[in-house]
Amino acid sequence: MLSKASYTQLGSKLDVVVSVVLSVLSFLCAALLCLILWFLISESWTLIASGQWQRFFLDEGWYPLEGLYAMTPMIVASLALTLGAVLIALPIGLACAIYLEFYARGLPKKAFRSLLNLLAGIPSVVFGLWGLTELVPLIAAIKAPGTSVLAGAIVLSLMILPTVALTSAAALSGVNRNTLAGAHALGFTQKTMIIAVAIPSARSGIISGVLLSTARAIGETMVVLMVAGNVVQMPDSLFAPVRALTSNIALEMAYALGDHRASLYASGLLLTLIVWLLAYLASYLNEKSRVFARV
Amino acid sequence: MRVSFRNLLSQASRKFLTKSLTLTVSIGLSVFSNISIAGERLTLTGSSTVAPLALEMAKRYEKNHPDVRINVQTGGSSRGINDARVGLSDIGMVSRGLKDSEKDLTPHVIALDGIGIIVHSSNTVTQLTRDQIVDIYTGNIKNWRQVGGDDVEITVVNKAEGRSTLELFLHFFKLKNSQIKPQVVIGDNQQGIKTVSGNPGAIGYVSIGTAEFEHNRGTAIKLLPMDGEQASVVGVASGDYPLSRPLNLVTKGELNGVTADFIKFVQSDAVSDLIENQFFVAP
Repeated sequence: MLSKASYTQLGSKLDVVVSVVLSVLSFLCAALLCLILWFLISESWTLIASGQWQRFFLDEGWYPLEGLYAMTPMIVASLALTLGAVLIALPIGLACAIYLEFYARGLPKKAFRSLLNLLAGIPSVVFGLWGLTELVPLIAAIKAPGTSVLAGAIVLSLMILPTVALTSAAALSGVNRNTLAGAHALGFTQKTMIIAVAIPSARSGIISGVLLSTARAIGETMVVLMVAGNVVQMPDSLFAPVRALTSNIALEMAYALGDHRASLYASGLLLTLIVWLLAYLASYLNEKSRVFARV
Repeated sequence: MRVSFRNLLSQASRKFLTKSLTLTVSIGLSVFSNISIAGERLTLTGSSTVAPLALEMAKRYEKNHPDVRINVQTGGSSRGINDARVGLSDIGMVSRGLKDSEKDLTPHVIALDGIGIIVHSSNTVTQLTRDQIVDIYTGNIKNWRQVGGDDVEITVVNKAEGRSTLELFLHFFKLKNSQIKPQVVIGDNQQGIKTVSGNPGAIGYVSIGTAEFEHNRGTAIKLLPMDGEQASVVGVASGDYPLSRPLNLVTKGELNGVTADFIKFVQSDAVSDLIENQFFVAP
């Protein structure tokens, strides 16, 4: 028979074990990130250390076999594709979330939610294949070649749409019911209540969701590789083919040697830094809007 | 300990990043061959076009001959020639025919690499001269009307840097990659076929085996003849189709022992499926 005291003792011993195990596991996760970073730096070090990294921004074009390593067009392309995708996905995703939280009832609500979940689970290569065989020819009919910033942004927006919709819906459902009841009591119409009360209160959750999707969009590789055209150039219109940083790595890594290889690792490093910057921005904005919401 | 962990990590990341096992396996092979004490060792160096094929062949050979370790390293055809000549490697890998100055070495053709120019099946153009293809790829000809076709804008499909098909294409037409003005850049052959079959104005080039296979399956592409020669696997094998090159293993002096046995193996029917898998043509 165990006394009450030994139960507590056992409990606290378990606590120690669990906390040690959990600390080790979380430390390993963090260490993994550091190792990845160290690996990227060490593989691209020959180019960085020799001061040649400036050429990533100054060279005339991207012809690694001829010794030209300009990355600026690919950075701009990655950002343009991501921005386009978010601009398309945000209004539609928010509309889906509002429908889900305030208008849909019963079976349609359940069906709609599971459809969004299903959309989130479709592998990116399927989106890419659809984009390449269906969407690109449609755009090509307007302006050749069809593989373009527009095609990339549309397919990417479809991929991040469920994330935007589901996180926004979660944020909206988290709005204090009393606040909404208060708005009703003041005689607000449903429309005014949603626009003026619910969305501003859920703002931080919505922003987090959008930035989460942004990080996914900028890191997406297969889709962009298949539908964006992969020509290294500054996009001068929505119909211009572009190459994103991610597709560049996927396209050339298998055959790259020496400096060419190091430059690809450098573009991976650059991509990691951009995603980190976004993550930092997300937490900063989140913090700020939380303060704002409280006031 | 630290070094071996780093190796492990870099291997895992490479695998993840390149989606290709080739390098990982080659590193793995080189590690194994360095530590194995007993048994025969064979070193192959040279062309990165030949290396993936040679690696697959080497893996099959090792399976049949557990006491032999084969080490495959890349570094370009010139390295293949040089290493075989000075004895740094047992066999050199060279993705072209041998020049007159290289006649001290013996070439052994293991496969042929050919590329086919493809356009959309609705395209009315039936053939293009070399100059026309150069003008299209450098952006001087922008509409199919200028080469006798319909009034459709041309979409130039090029390959990404480092691909052997790009290298062969540039070499054949005496172009530099920076002279080419593409509208689409593709990675593998399938992506090229999907891109061309989905765009009536597109022109591209892919490995001839893939192109012929897809064309026969009814995909909306058309192979253009080169210098009047029909583009086909048969044409590559017979040597009539000009846009092709031999993939060679080269050796110096008399063949003996494992080297002779390996060369005999890679020229036999036992590896023809490996050649086809990599979209090359068996000689």
